[in-house]
Amino acid sequence: MSQALFDKIESEQFRKEPAVFGVGDSVRVHTKVIEGDKERIQVFSGVVIGRRGRGLNSTFTVRRISYGEGVERVFPVHSPRVEKIEVEKRGSVRRAKLTYLRKRVGKVAVAVKEKEAHA
Amino acid sequence: MIGLLGKKLGQTRVYDTNGVVIPVTVVLAGPNRVMQCKTVESDGYSAVQLGFDDQKEHRVTKALRGHFLKHKSSPVKRVREFRNFSLNVKPGDVIGANIFAQGDFVDAIGVTKGRGFEGVVKRHHFRGGDSTHGSKGWHRRPGAIGQRLFPGTVRRGMRMPGHMGQVRRTVQNLQVVQVRESDNVLLIKGAVPGAKGDYIVIREAKKMPKKSSPPAS
Repeated sequence: MSQALFDKIESEQFRKEPAVFGVGDSVRVHTKVIEGDKERIQVFSGVVIGRRGRGLNSTFTVRRISYGEGVERVFPVHSPRVEKIEVEKRGSVRRAKLTYLRKRVGKVAVAVKEKEAHA
Repeated sequence: MIGLLGKKLGQTRVYDTNGVVIPVTVVLAGPNRVMQCKTVESDGYSAVQLGFDDQKEHRVTKALRGHFLKHKSSPVKRVREFRNFSLNVKPGDVIGANIFAQGDFVDAIGVTKGRGFEGVVKRHHFRGGDSTHGSKGWHRRPGAIGQRLFPGTVRRGMRMPGHMGQVRRTVQNLQVVQVRESDNVLLIKGAVPGAKGDYIVIREAKKMPKKSSPPAS
């Protein structure tokens, strides 16, 4: 009985349109930033290098190279601060966590093979 | 003073309007049946007796069964009195989570999880010894517990290993994040003593009472 209640409480807070993306995808994450009393949208684009948790507790990590420095940000999937998650490119990867990208330098640092469209 | 008997169901998280995560404890807070109203005239003090969680009749003691019979109540697992109840209730009434509102401050009383026999590091937050740098066999010990020939005894109250947990504890001033009337459920910010399924008491915070309720006399 109580598990059903928890599912109810948590599913009420899920994002309206489910975010469909996977590890290896290149995404643009639109986040709401509150500065004083103004609110604006900030975009963080990069490669999804991992997802963890389930349900309301799930988060994902996005990695990008910014001015030559690797930057990773962790977003809760269902946070209302995450306005939308846009998929730019589908990636084809063999691992659940792309931690190997951290060691890469230069051009290949964010190189993930693109997923081939199904015929 | 208002209060309820409840049951801890577990913890989850809730996003507030700013998108900030609030950790919450989900508490089943009702239905609570008003069994008896004690008054200064008849009993010498003012209190309301609440019953919570139905029980099969053959599982309650004869003493309690008589009490339930006298007050025409179905058998319940938990009975508790609340002194100086500020809601106007009469025996037979059923109250629930909706006596609290979002933003209210409450105290949660429960029995903490039993930890068994624990050492001083866990029980009293002693530092213990170094785990490396050549230390051998002196990692989680209490250290010295006394002085010399004078006083020649261990001072009373010296913190030592022993049984930890399974004691009644009150956590004060927790905020009610959400009241879900349809499920009789309160979402309370932060943690509440006890394991899932444990009975707890939720009462109006002693130190941050509701504006509307009269001061406890």
